Amino acid sequence: MTQPHIDTPATPHWRPLSRSRASAATQGAVGAETDEITDAAIEAKEISLWYGSAQAIGDITLKIERHRVTALIGPSGCGKSTFLRCMNRMNDLIPSVRMTGELFLDDQNILDQSVDPVELRRVVGMVFQKPNPFPKSVYDNVAFGARINGYKGNYDELVQHALERAALWDEVKDKLHTSGLALSGGQQQRLCIARALAVNPQVILMDEPCSALDPIATQRIEDLMRELAEDYTIVVVTHNMQQAARVSDRTAFMLAREDRVGRLVEYGLTEQIFTAPRDQRTEAYITGRFG
Amino acid sequence: MTAVRPEAPGSDRYQGARERSRRNTLSAASRWFFLTAAALALLVLAVLAYDTISQGAGRLNLQFFTSYPSRFADQAGLRSSLIGSGWVLALTVVMAVPIAVGTAIWIEEFAPDNWFLTVIKLNLANLAGVPSIIYGVLGLAVFVRFAGMGPSILAGSLTLALMILPMTVIAAQEAIRQVPSGIRDGALALGATRWQAVRGQILPVALPGIVTGVILAIARAAGETASLIMIGAFTFIAFDNSRITDDFTTLPIQIYNWTTRPQEAFRANAAAAIIVLMVIVLAFNLIATIVRNRFRRFR
Amino acid sequence: MRAPTEGSAALATDTAMADRLRRRRFRHPTEAVIKALLTASGFVSLAATALILLVLFEGTLTFFQDVPLADFFLQTRWQPLFEPVSFGIWELVAGTANVVLWSLVVAVPFGLGAAIYLSEYANPSVRRVLKPLLEALAGVPTVVYAYFALTFITLDVLRPLLGDNISIFNSLGASIVMAVMILPTIASISEDAMTNVPRELREGAYALGATRLEVALRIVVPAALSGIIASILLAIARVVGETMIVAVAAGSTPNLTLSPLESIQTMTGYMLQIGLGDAERGTIKYESLFAVGAMLFMLTLVFNLGAHLFVRRFQERYE
Ligand SMILES: Nc1ncnc2c1ncn2[C@@H]1O[C@H](COP(=O)(O)OP(=O)(O)OP(=O)(O)O)[C@@H](O)[C@H]1O
Ligand SMILES: [Mg+2]
Repeated sequence: MTQPHIDTPATPHWRPLSRSRASAATQGAVGAETDEITDAAIEAKEISLWYGSAQAIGDITLKIERHRVTALIGPSGCGKSTFLRCMNRMNDLIPSVRMTGELFLDDQNILDQSVDPVELRRVVGMVFQKPNPFPKSVYDNVAFGARINGYKGNYDELVQHALERAALWDEVKDKLHTSGLALSGGQQQRLCIARALAVNPQVILMDEPCSALDPIATQRIEDLMRELAEDYTIVVVTHNMQQAARVSDRTAFMLAREDRVGRLVEYGLTEQIFTAPRDQRTEAYITGRFG
Repeated sequence: MTAVRPEAPGSDRYQGARERSRRNTLSAASRWFFLTAAALALLVLAVLAYDTISQGAGRLNLQFFTSYPSRFADQAGLRSSLIGSGWVLALTVVMAVPIAVGTAIWIEEFAPDNWFLTVIKLNLANLAGVPSIIYGVLGLAVFVRFAGMGPSILAGSLTLALMILPMTVIAAQEAIRQVPSGIRDGALALGATRWQAVRGQILPVALPGIVTGVILAIARAAGETASLIMIGAFTFIAFDNSRITDDFTTLPIQIYNWTTRPQEAFRANAAAAIIVLMVIVLAFNLIATIVRNRFRRFR
Repeated sequence: MRAPTEGSAALATDTAMADRLRRRRFRHPTEAVIKALLTASGFVSLAATALILLVLFEGTLTFFQDVPLADFFLQTRWQPLFEPVSFGIWELVAGTANVVLWSLVVAVPFGLGAAIYLSEYANPSVRRVLKPLLEALAGVPTVVYAYFALTFITLDVLRPLLGDNISIFNSLGASIVMAVMILPTIASISEDAMTNVPRELREGAYALGATRLEVALRIVVPAALSGIIASILLAIARVVGETMIVAVAAGSTPNLTLSPLESIQTMTGYMLQIGLGDAERGTIKYESLFAVGAMLFMLTLVFNLGAHLFVRRFQERYE
């Protein structure tokens, strides 16, 4: 597997996706270059969500392409996390939440009553803003997901494989039985990714996965995201425009106006969003004029 | 601060140096006054400890632990009350802890947040404040009389289990609430069911806190007297308990008995028994503190 | 913007994903069982309250079939054990009030003094040692306090001091020891309330040149008042419900007095006396237990609820 080279965070200006795009293309991905999404892993149709009586997001409709990285950007409070959490129904855990619309995973509307959110979360994994390893050994952190899934195979292999996929194996192979909390922040976040991979999901949601990390650790996670996109569909929320430009294939820009309801303003290829935004609010945001 | 007025320095109406120094002296003296207040209770505790030890230490020999109660103070001992206390406490823990922890888990992790949950929580807060003798009346009417258990170990344990239930629930709730929400979310986001998240991640983290609460509740039950007297446990026991249907007595009941005897000689017995009880209660408290501190560090 | 809406309209019938995600009743069999068990355990505490209410209500009802309600509330003598029997609750209520009064007289100044010391004067290391020690006082079994009240406070201190002016069983000895018992309640909760008083309030006063004492008494105590009241109400509830100390040290003579020197009987003291006496079921003595118990239950409920309301108030104010 070729390591796609990613711009370092130290690069003074964001650069459109040239390198990563090229590498994705050489691996036979088609479609990312065009505006058309033919193979959608997730399709949201008019998703609205209320916390109690306050609407947080309104009428979000978009497709998320399979085995690509999709970035959600927008100013704080515009509902990025809320929308992300719709996709694995984590919002169900908040008692007052109400939703309308349809959200298809493959061909199944996951908001349907008949869908078991527990099962859904095994297909749609999630990585949080603050690394949240369990206060247990590295090994147990990774094995937990498989255990609850009733995995019957070889756990040592599974743990090693997940840690390798999360580019963490070399660093922790000698301390598998020390606490996950003893790792550095960046290692913890990769442990959380390994933990999610061990459940064998199809989609991985990441809510500002690097915001608590230093630039080096951030870059490692970004590299990892590009690698993982070969096998997983990744949706990442980020406040870091360069990051969105570096890692994502498509970018969705969300915005909440005075009514404080977050809506989708513009969605398209990352390159297009960053070089030729069609909406002037998008342009204002990515050039740092507000938000 | 009425003495301080917003006027130019040097004004005559500014308070005099003498007044200011009086206020400062008063404030400095108050430190000692308040310290005395804080220390006085401890002083009382020290006197209590000294008094009981000087009265009772002489009775603490092997015979005192191996003898049954007796009409003669110097032949009486704690054998049946220690055995009774052991039985009752063990049974109380076995009955109360699973239900208390279960209730706490249900409230914190499973119960839908509605009026019914509010009722349950209010009810627990209220139950925690119900005097122990009321639990005794409950035990007497329901377990001893209605269910026909008599003043048995079982009836006593059921009574104490109900009594320590609310405080154990509240302590366990507290411990579960302290678990960082990232752990819960992390587990659920992996596709754990509620119970898998609780069992696999939340309970292990909450366990030290729960254990601490349970131990403190046991300490409370170990010193409980009124409700057990109420259910009729105030009897002369001169055999070793071997069944939960046996009549029984406990250490605090024995202390009460000896304290209320008119003969001076029994006062030494009461003091000696108090030393034993306090050692037990302090040991429980010490263990609870150690558990709490030790595991907090590893969090 | 481009947000495709066409496509993917396939009906969600038996695709692989639909099949995988479908809610199944027995997918997690233990989950349902555990949930049922946990829910059931949640009901035990409700059952306990229901039982308490039922027992007290039923017994009280039976009692009032034999004793007119009016006698209970309008007569003053409580003399259930000998002829002529009389069931006026007020002597027992007075006994309880007596102990509440005198224990508060002792515990409130010292408890608040300790709270002020801990929150305003003590440096953190002293506080770390002193506070747990104070709270340990609450863990001493009450039968131990009872022993102490009778043997040490009354026999070794009060009697030599006051001679025959004070009876062997008296409210004062019980109250003093009761005060030691509730002191941690008052000190600890009041101290929490005082520590919660915003720093700016204090600093504002210090900036004006107030001394520590003035800040404590004129700024902190008033600001923490609802917490202090809550702590006192809670302490009262504990005194009202405490049995062993009064049963051992305060006597068993129903007595309509607030004098600390006399022998009295509280509601709890009477209940324990009946418990000791192995009253036959069906006798009026036995049933009076429930009437007094109901009265006791309601009184503690009132004080506990009151404390609850005040605690809520101070928590709302500063959190
Ligand atoms: N649990 C909740 N209860 C009530 N309102 C909420 C809750 N979570 C979020 N909100 C509200 O919903 C709106 C969207 O929040 P959300 O967290 O999705 O924004 P975001 O775009 O992720 O912001 P940020 O970039 O700061 O993370 C905000 O106005 C927020 O206050
Ligand atoms: Mg967010």
